[in-house]
Amino acid sequence: MSIYFDHSATTPMDSKVLEAMQPYWQEHFGNASSIHSYGGQAAVAVDMARAKIAEILQVKPTEIIFTSGATEANNLAIKGLVNGLKLRGIICPHIITSAVEHDAVLEPLNLLEAEKQITLTILPVNKQGIVSAEDLRQAIKPETVLVSVMYVNSEVGSVQPITELSTVVKQANNEKLANWSHLSVSERGDKPQLIYFHSDATQAPNYFDCGLENLGVDMLSLSAHKMYGPKGSGLLAVKGNVPLVALLHGGHHERNWRSGTLNVPGIVGLGEALALATLNREKNAVKVAEVRDYLVKRIVEEMSKVVLNTPLENNSPSHAHFSFLGAEGESILMALDLEAGIAVSTGSACASNTLGASKVLLAMGIKVEDTHGAIRFTLGKHNTREDIDELMKHLPGVVKKFRDMAPDLTPYQGKGVTAHH
Amino acid sequence: MYSQKVIDHFKAPHNQGVIDDADAIGEEGNPVCGDIMKIYIKVADDRIADIKFETLGCAAAIAVSSALTDLAMGRTLDEALALNKDAIVKDLGGLPAPKIHCSMLGVEALHSAINQYKIAHKK
Repeated sequence: MSIYFDHSATTPMDSKVLEAMQPYWQEHFGNASSIHSYGGQAAVAVDMARAKIAEILQVKPTEIIFTSGATEANNLAIKGLVNGLKLRGIICPHIITSAVEHDAVLEPLNLLEAEKQITLTILPVNKQGIVSAEDLRQAIKPETVLVSVMYVNSEVGSVQPITELSTVVKQANNEKLANWSHLSVSERGDKPQLIYFHSDATQAPNYFDCGLENLGVDMLSLSAHKMYGPKGSGLLAVKGNVPLVALLHGGHHERNWRSGTLNVPGIVGLGEALALATLNREKNAVKVAEVRDYLVKRIVEEMSKVVLNTPLENNSPSHAHFSFLGAEGESILMALDLEAGIAVSTGSACASNTLGASKVLLAMGIKVEDTHGAIRFTLGKHNTREDIDELMKHLPGVVKKFRDMAPDLTPYQGKGVTAHH
Repeated sequence: MYSQKVIDHFKAPHNQGVIDDADAIGEEGNPVCGDIMKIYIKVADDRIADIKFETLGCAAAIAVSSALTDLAMGRTLDEALALNKDAIVKDLGGLPAPKIHCSMLGVEALHSAINQYKIAHKK
């Protein structure tokens, strides 16, 4: 028996996706840039995938840039914009992001800030992991050029109010333009640089609408393997007015925004995966939420000293994030894997290479000592109530085993102990 | 990520539990850092006659506690004091680099227990 509860990490490829990709490894193996018929067949497949994706994302086909995944897409959105604005003479602009972004957003931003190429504001989140529109409004400065806030948090599943945030950005842009147009022609100078909105939507498409128009965003990152597609394939959707410069230079692919021979099977798989996710979105959201709610109910009712770290309302249907107090997350993860073939994830510091507690959990105001017992369950469309029943045969015993193994923790309670790492 | 020996200790740790009439107890770590190791020792003829541990921590922390107590059992106090993190890491067939600190915590807890015993018995 093996059960997979780690769909935030990756998902198994859907057979329909695999089937759609199959002809593009051997039969239609051509390079989509070649002029002969081999190339033509590959190019048609890419064009079809691009058209299908563009329709779902409410952009033009020419506004899709295929990448190696969401990490590259996020890097392209951020660094590509900073470099593009540099060509317009905008030096050291201001960027706003949130404290709960994936490292594929935070790390490029931290690097640019360290290099003094940007100034950066990191918005806090509330206990539910949500950014406030008012905080965003107050963080916007005259030199702000980009707001990057994720759609669905990978760790805890909190869903950001993207349309509310994008409305704040639109209002700020309208004010900028109004102030500018009220100036006399001699005083005006160049039109003001508007603020763009980027959203890392990697965890969103299985359960949430990702149309750029509906969301009011200018750039959106996606990754195929989070939606039952292949690894190594993703995209950045970019509205035509965003002045991006490529990260990868070479053979002028993707209208010169991303050079490199097109990953034809990967792109076909991405198109099929997004189409399937979109087609079955409502159905899967209901089904997965039902199983997730059953998981939460059983854990809360049957186990003691358990904290549900994210309220279920306004959360992704796939996520349930708990702290099992007095036990350690990595040990729980390992024991479930070794004993029962059950795969989960942890926000525990001990499971990370840096040994730092999860930034997301800390940003939500969760106490450091409570992050150590954090276990993330992320469900997928194949999980059933029977999977939960099987999990619950093992989980209470595993947690008890580690609680029993631990020394008495009462002497530590209420003491202002500090981390020694 | 972990060696088979680490996995074996983790699945079935040796010397886990408490010694009710322990001669000395060493405890290191805290709940904020996430790892706590508590070592109980019983001493006879200047040797560690019995040793048990209680640990809150990751798989490496548990494996270190288990291996450490195996290594210390039956040794003289001075031999046990000479046990260091390298000996434990070697005994476990290696540990991932970020986990080496777990072995330090175990060594510190053992040393703390032995030193307390020595102070109490003016050795």
